Amino acid sequence: MKYVDEYRNARLAQSVVSEIRRIQTRPWVIMEVCGGQTHSIVKHGIDRLLPEGIELVHGPGCPVCVTPLETIDKAHAIAAKPDVIFCSFGDMLRVPGSHGDLFTLKSKGADVRMVYSPLDCLKIARANPEKKVVFFAIGFETTAPANAMLVFRAKQEAVNNLSILVSHSLVPPSITYILQSPQNRVQGFLGPGHVCAIMGYREYEPVSERYRVPIVITGFEPLDLLQGTLMTVRQLEAGTAVVENQYSRVLDRDGNIPARKLVNSVFEVSDRKWRGVGWISKSGYKLRWEYRDYDAECIFEVKEIDTKEPSICISGQILKGIKKPHDCPAFGTMCTPLTPLGATMVSAEGACAAYYAYGRHLDKQKTESAKAQLGGAA
Amino acid sequence: MCLAIPGKVVEEFEQRGMRMAKVQFGGIVREASLDYVPGAKVGDYVLVHVGFAISTVDAEEAARTYELLEQMDQLTELEAPVVDEKSARKPQ
Repeated sequence: MKYVDEYRNARLAQSVVSEIRRIQTRPWVIMEVCGGQTHSIVKHGIDRLLPEGIELVHGPGCPVCVTPLETIDKAHAIAAKPDVIFCSFGDMLRVPGSHGDLFTLKSKGADVRMVYSPLDCLKIARANPEKKVVFFAIGFETTAPANAMLVFRAKQEAVNNLSILVSHSLVPPSITYILQSPQNRVQGFLGPGHVCAIMGYREYEPVSERYRVPIVITGFEPLDLLQGTLMTVRQLEAGTAVVENQYSRVLDRDGNIPARKLVNSVFEVSDRKWRGVGWISKSGYKLRWEYRDYDAECIFEVKEIDTKEPSICISGQILKGIKKPHDCPAFGTMCTPLTPLGATMVSAEGACAAYYAYGRHLDKQKTESAKAQLGGAA
Repeated sequence: MCLAIPGKVVEEFEQRGMRMAKVQFGGIVREASLDYVPGAKVGDYVLVHVGFAISTVDAEEAARTYELLEQMDQLTELEAPVVDEKSARKPQ
């Protein structure tokens, strides 16, 4: 059955690519927003299946990547305190701060724990009343309902030895930021499916209308991504700019209403800094005043930390779709997943890490050695 | 990390006033909150993100998505240690 499905999917994929080729009259630049989509595109070579002239650029939707270095350093400063149990999702533990990663800190004796769900922190806090339990609450809108529930339950159950270090980012303001850039190249977006499973897609409608840009909410499977691209190219060719939903088998326009309700009762929108990009107005969440007792930044006195990222790193331009990993002189040489220099290399869902994982740094080396040989011959 | 993983609700229970479920992902069973999918019941397939079901899907969709996530090596979060009252006391 599996092979029949794969055969059918390959045929369907071919027919979608042919249809894109048939209707395309000029080059278009389309951005996929979500890091999971980027990973899938690079793994399955979707961008290379598309007709020449349809370029996919990779957006800022990896929450691990865009968590600022100073926030990671703050996490380290808190986790190093002797009375703290510091909890985090696994992806975040491996991201280097200015002085190593959280795993290194753990090996030096800090109580750092990987959790599956924010709710695990409630159990840890109840079981260790003499300790302060801190959760590194990172994520986009998809993760916000889980993090919000942790704080909501902690307050309701009067668990007072728990707090969260918030680094929450929001997708629509980042899209707006990209569209406002004078260097913007993006003409259409594949919107993030699982983010919209929570938020729905109403808030994308004014963005699409104001900037005259098609936004197609898309899943992350190869066929989803091809269909989302076809729907975007159709709109671009017809000169329309509306929000469409390719992923209707999972989400609708309103998203998950109970989840959104709880998120809004715990968090409020705030300005937020994005690693590699800088501050974007109203692009994140912070805890509401009623929940300030659960805000790790209020509880622990951590000085403002000054950090410096290597100037060679072009991750900011990659996150905005202006450049690709291959455009960076450090990609695959000085900068690898083991020695990341910036945002897009620190997590598997970052564009540079995905390119590296699937061997695209070797393409770069091949091109460069070919160029060098040609240069030598001339 | 924004991808949600599909699994089958195999048992429902209550924990401190929360509606919880045991959800089966391939060979692994983990707990998840059903608070955000009030209609979900035993036998349904749900998309789970960091311990919370966020949407229901059909069985075919669930199987296909699970297989793809497996190929993409995106199931590692399911391997995070299980925290119960006893293990919560000790550092990992």
